[in-house]
Amino acid sequence: MTNPTNGHDAHRALAPGTKAPDFTLPATPDQKVSLSDFAGQAVILAFYPSDFSPVCGDQMALYNEILSDFDALGAQLIGISTDGAWCHAAFAQARKLHFPLLADFHPQGAVASLYRVFREQEGTSERALFVIDGAGVISWSYVSPIGVNPGADGILAALERLKGTTETRS
Amino acid sequence: MSLSIPVGPEDHAQGSPDAPVTLVEYGDYQCPYCGAAYPVVKAIQAALGADLRFVFRNFPLSQMHEHAMQAAEAAEAAGGQGEGKFWEMHDRLYENQNRLGPPDLVSYAGVVGLDVSRFERDLKAGTFHTRVTHDFRGGVRSGVNGTPTFFINGVRYDGEFDVHALTAAIRRAAR
Repeated sequence: MTNPTNGHDAHRALAPGTKAPDFTLPATPDQKVSLSDFAGQAVILAFYPSDFSPVCGDQMALYNEILSDFDALGAQLIGISTDGAWCHAAFAQARKLHFPLLADFHPQGAVASLYRVFREQEGTSERALFVIDGAGVISWSYVSPIGVNPGADGILAALERLKGTTETRS
Repeated sequence: MSLSIPVGPEDHAQGSPDAPVTLVEYGDYQCPYCGAAYPVVKAIQAALGADLRFVFRNFPLSQMHEHAMQAAEAAEAAGGQGEGKFWEMHDRLYENQNRLGPPDLVSYAGVVGLDVSRFERDLKAGTFHTRVTHDFRGGVRSGVNGTPTFFINGVRYDGEFDVHALTAAIRRAAR
């Protein structure tokens, strides 16, 4: 999982230690969410290529099952893809997702580009994960090969490290 | 990715602990892909015999599959009445994936020969809920990213789930 050769574009994605660029995107057709809304708490940004991938227990469904674990580690999960808000609404309803899915739809992939995980040719994002600390700094990032669901173990480990650091400081 | 929780006496296992290969499946009783993998595992067990130990751990995607958690608890409740009963229930659940509602589970308990009232009490009280979520969490830590996920001698198998591919991978591990 931490093998840097796994994610072919891992070297391009914004690296740990970088200030996470703020953004505002639609979460529903009539509601917007900004990264800065979550200042002071950890955020997991999960970029994924598209809604409705034809597999059972896909990446977002898996995260949906362990929201309580993310919550226990003080983190808010946000999914982002270049699908539109209406598509996200249908996807969230079909999969009973209980976390926001942001529409990086117009201009296409603008936020993915900011995080350097946009795939120009396809118009979608990489399958990329960022864990951002309460001060808005990226503490961990990972780009998975596009066809491989990266699971959640890397996120949980990153959040635990973050929690450990915060607790040592206080 | 490798298995973070080694196979131990708490696991449901078929086959000898001395078998050269242990195949661990993280599965969901309501997942159609797991249902498709079920006869594949049976065929591989028949083909490899004593060379294979098979372990099943729960990974119910309960937000997606409304009956998956109860079905997993039902198999564990059956296991609470004897290890053989776990496997009988396991088979029945995979052979009846479209019928996993509460009355179905109770009827399978009867067919399998369980103490049905004890089974119903266990389900109602969630006696085996912790066991199931423990399996699930361990799976997440091992890199389980969907269902089914297989581990061959502790290493995640990312290939196809057909008999040929899975058997070949197991035979490689056995060498």
